[in-house]
Formats: sequence, C-alpha cells, structure tokens
Amino acid sequence: MNTAPVHPQRQLTVSGLACQRGERLLFEGLDFMLAPGQAVLLRGPNGAGKTSLLLCLAGVIRPLEGTIAVVGRDEDDPPDIGLLLYRNGLKPRLSVLENLTFWATVEGGDVLAIPDALEQVGLGGLESLFAGYLSSGQTKRLALARLLLANRPIWLLDEPTAALDAEGEALVGQLIDAHLDRGGLVVAATHHDLGLADKARSSTVMLGAIR
Amino acid sequence: MKAFWALVYRDIRLSTRVGGEAMTLILFFIMVGVIVPIAIGPDSKVLSRLAPGLIWIAAFLAMILGLDRLFRADDEDGSLLLMRHSRLPFPAVVAAKMVAHWVLTALPLILATPIMALLLAMDFAAWRDSLISLLAGTPGLVAFGAMGAAVTVSLRRGGLIAPVLILPLSIPVLIFGTSAIGESAGRSSAALLFLCAVSLMAAVLAPFAAALALRLSED
Repeated sequence: MNTAPVHPQRQLTVSGLACQRGERLLFEGLDFMLAPGQAVLLRGPNGAGKTSLLLCLAGVIRPLEGTIAVVGRDEDDPPDIGLLLYRNGLKPRLSVLENLTFWATVEGGDVLAIPDALEQVGLGGLESLFAGYLSSGQTKRLALARLLLANRPIWLLDEPTAALDAEGEALVGQLIDAHLDRGGLVVAATHHDLGLADKARSSTVMLGAIR
Repeated sequence: MKAFWALVYRDIRLSTRVGGEAMTLILFFIMVGVIVPIAIGPDSKVLSRLAPGLIWIAAFLAMILGLDRLFRADDEDGSLLLMRHSRLPFPAVVAAKMVAHWVLTALPLILATPIMALLLAMDFAAWRDSLISLLAGTPGLVAFGAMGAAVTVSLRRGGLIAPVLILPLSIPVLIFGTSAIGESAGRSSAALLFLCAVSLMAAVLAPFAAALALRLSED
C-alpha cells in the first residue's frame, strides 16, 4: 500500500539520560539505541516520565544529564523529528483542510498529498468541517494526518492510541509498521499493545523504577 | 518563505474569523479621542496642541490590550512546540507572528487616525505627520510587545505583567513618536529618523529575544 520513498538513514542513541521535573527525579541512567526501522515502546505508570522523555528527545526539555545523539544528520537537512503530543497544534476555528494545509506548508514533507493523508486516517470527506466540530478520536486522526504529511524520519508519539476506537488503534499500528518499513524510527509512549506486525523490530523501555 | 507567509495568513485568518477583535481595538482607540475633549474641554487650540501625545497614548494602550493574544493560544495548544521542528527557524516563526500581529493591531489603528484627527482638531499636516509617525513607530511597539509577551507566556496572569515589562522599553518610541508630529518640519524629521531607527533595531532583535524566551518557558 505504501510506495513512498524511504527515509534518510538516522540512528538515535540515548545514553545515561536523566530527567528531573521540579524536585522529582523521573529517571536516570537511561540507555537505548534505535537503528532505522526500529521502534521503542515506552511503558510505565502515569507520571513515570514517558512524556518528559519524549520532550527531552524533542529538545524541549533539557535533560539533567546524559546525551541524545542523532547519527546521520547533516547541518542543512530538513528537520528530523515528527511530534504527536497531547497538545496537537490544531485550531478549532480552522477547517480540517486549512489546518492540514498550514502544517504541511510549515513542516514541509511534500511526499504525500493532503487528500491521501486524510483518506489514510479515515477522515476522507470531512475537509471543510471546522476542526472544533471533530470528536476527540477524529481530532487524533487529524493529528496523525499532520504527522504523515510532515514526512519525518523520527516519530515521537505520546499515547498515539488515546481516544481512538479499536479500528483506530489498528490504524496506528499499521501506520507505525509502514513508517518502520520505510526505514523510519519510532519512540512511542503507550499503555496499549500497538499490534505491530513484527515484534522483533520493537523493544520496550520500562520507566518508573525510581521512587 | 512560503511557510513564513502561511503562518502570517493563518494568524490573520484565525483572528478575523473569531471576529470583532480589530473592531474592539479601533473602538478603544477612538474612545480615547472621544473622552479627552469631554474631559479637558472642547478648546480646539488646546486639543490640537495635545493631539500628538494623545494619539500615541491611545495607540500604546490599544496595542497593549491585544498583547496577550500574541503567543498564548499557540503556546496552549502546542503549536509553538510543533513549530520548533518546522522548516522555519524559530525566530522566523516569531517574526511571522509579529508581522501578523502588526497587521491585526497597528494597521486598524492607523486606518482609524482620520477619525482621531477630527475628534482632536488636528489639521491636515498634523494628521499626515501622525500617520507617518505611527507607521514608523508601531513596528517597534509590536517588537517590544513580543518580547514582553514571550517572557510572560507561561504565566496565567501574564497579560497584566507584560505591559509593565515593556513600558520602559517603549518610552523611546513614545518620545520620538510624539515629537515626530511636531510643528516645524526640520525638528520633526530628526525625531522621525530616530523613531525609524528604534523601530528597526527592535524589530530585528525582538524575534531572537522572544524566541529564546519562548524556548526557555517550556523547559
């Protein structure tokens, strides 16, 4: 189903990472490595630091110590990181199409057409609806469409299946599989089994050992 | 560059779609012009002498009114976070938001100056000078405002703190802005050049300063 070109080769290395929010140490000494076509699933109870780790990887939060390195990136390459967070950057007062057109222009991509992306996430035919009228599951699907359009090699996903129905959860699994097939990297914080086709491609990192 | 204008258009579209925001600003601006003749008496000589200062006071207050909107919505819904990984450098994102903010707040005021001129008994030359002075000075106000708004974006009641922060920075704009609407052309042109210089400097430096402040606010 996917004939999109492969992603540029990237390798993500995290070593000795520690993160503190306020007075609380969330995790320390975290190491993992991701090669192209691999996924890491972050597990752990609420408040274990899954989202904080994603924000660290995205360069939003400065880690307490440790390093995050992306290998294979040149200075003038377009940005690598595609974010899917709880705060999704979608404006309720803009239509579905306007939201996506804006983000596609600002984030680049140029591989997928907007109608195709909407079709893939199951929002075909809703182009002219205000995003504010979408249900939370549909909003999630719209955010997924944004992520697909941006066409980034490294996906950082925070609860990608939250608010989605069973079919939507399966969709997320398929999208991640397709992304891995193209040589992309995925770091996903999730409580659900994402139903990935090839378990060998994904590893699990448990957070929340520190009290 | 396409991404830059896409952001400008989005901000303008969002604001005009909600509706009434530009109108609120214009009404506030003109209200000052309505109140002043009532408060200090309808002596047209006094009014026209005070007019340059009054126009700038009104413009400054009206622009402070809209300051809080500059980054808050985009910060709350995560747009700013996502835009850090956009094709645009982050200072360019801030610059685009400043351009949109100028179009949404300063431009309506400049368009409303003829009404102010009538209310404050300004003659044609004074109106023309005030138009030029506002055109030159408002980018500076927007730039200082962007810095204030960026620093206070993570504060719930930041809308009240930002004006206090930017007040000392904005004073040069007000000084040169009012003296650029002078009576003699020779003196006013020097003030106008200074006003342009302040405005340009602020507009160039503010995107970097505001971008830094916004980055730090998430950490």
